[in-house]
Amino acid sequence: MIRFTFPDIVRGLVSGLFWTVGLSLIAFLGGGLAGFAILMARLSRNRIVSRAASLYIEFFQGAPLLMQLFLVFFGFSLLGFNISPLATAASVLTLYAGAYLGEIWRGSVESLPRGQWEAAESLALGRWAQLRLVILPQALRISIPPTVGFSVQLVKGTAVTSIIGFLEITKAGTMIANATYRPLMVYGLAALGYFLLCFPLSLAARRLERRFHAPADKR
Amino acid sequence: MPYQFSFEPIYDNWGILAEGVLTTLGLTLAGGALGLGLGVLGAVVRFRRTPVQYQIVTAYVEMVRNTPFLIQLYFIFFGLPSLGLRLAGWQASILAMALNLGAYSTEIIRAGLESLPRGLFEAAAALSLTPRQTLRLVLLKPALKNVWPSLCSQVIIVMLGSSVCSQLAVVELTSAASLLQARTFRAFELYLFATAVYLLLAVLIRFLLRRVGRRFIARGRP
Repeated sequence: MIRFTFPDIVRGLVSGLFWTVGLSLIAFLGGGLAGFAILMARLSRNRIVSRAASLYIEFFQGAPLLMQLFLVFFGFSLLGFNISPLATAASVLTLYAGAYLGEIWRGSVESLPRGQWEAAESLALGRWAQLRLVILPQALRISIPPTVGFSVQLVKGTAVTSIIGFLEITKAGTMIANATYRPLMVYGLAALGYFLLCFPLSLAARRLERRFHAPADKR
Repeated sequence: MPYQFSFEPIYDNWGILAEGVLTTLGLTLAGGALGLGLGVLGAVVRFRRTPVQYQIVTAYVEMVRNTPFLIQLYFIFFGLPSLGLRLAGWQASILAMALNLGAYSTEIIRAGLESLPRGLFEAAAALSLTPRQTLRLVLLKPALKNVWPSLCSQVIIVMLGSSVCSQLAVVELTSAASLLQARTFRAFELYLFATAVYLLLAVLIRFLLRRVGRRFIARGRP
């Protein structure tokens, strides 16, 4: 029988935390790319493209994250692929983050006064040049606080991937709690781990919001 | 051979799924009502800045908002029994949902209170209302009215989040689907169905809450 000392427990949780951070980073970077694609699709003048993007957003914001994970996990095995928990978690969180970031960034673009588009157009800039040179640089500034705010939601979202068997801090906590019979302390420490990741991000989001004076939508 | 979809397990077991839907709705109703009540209390404390209470509520809000719901759920269900508080799965679920919603709605309702025009406070003072009367009779309704759409969204987020309560063997929609998939091996169809139901529930709850808002708080003026 293995005996767990306090340092063993902390070590187990910290190695889980490492995967929580890794998964969050993958999802944030992947989600950034997906979100940019969604933003472009939402801004497209083609009705079908922009409608498709808004359906995408509605699906990923309106269905529980756990269902999204189950659908991808079991959907791939239907197609005859065996997909690992890491690949499932990373792809689902990427799509999930893409929906939220796309929507946040669209909000930032739309909060710019119409005159900006008209001014850019009057300079005979094409649609892409209007976006790249005039709209996006201004929207970027507005979008930073809510984007940082969303990263907190994303880090917390990674906890659900423990249910499909991805070994991050929550899963590590469950395993250690079952082995040590000390769930109060183990889950308390796991919560502390999340808090140490998320609280600085929350503070940064709030500080940036105050600095830029752009009220971010409350989530 | 290509995969043959079969939705028969859903027709055959509609009773279990319907029970799951009702449980999800029940959890949301109980957690939602308690959470919004908690949010009003928290918002008043945060708004008034009563010392000590203010620090306690702030710590509660930050703790809840910076940790995942799943961990809060595990802490309450698996952790609290060692302090002597043993809860059934559904009780732990409702408690976790209420505490979670309470923290978010504290911040939302506080923002609603802070967005009110100064004139309201002055008018209440001119009528020599006590601070308690001012809050209850003058400020609360317009503040809630201002932030009602955000509160509705937050209730829906908590409803969607309740799918992880399946981990505590509460037979809500997700665990109903999980039970049936273990029996019928039709995981994809069952989870697809459950996802569709969650999307519908979100629409339904938004519709109902909007009506509740119109009925009870629309009369708040500004």
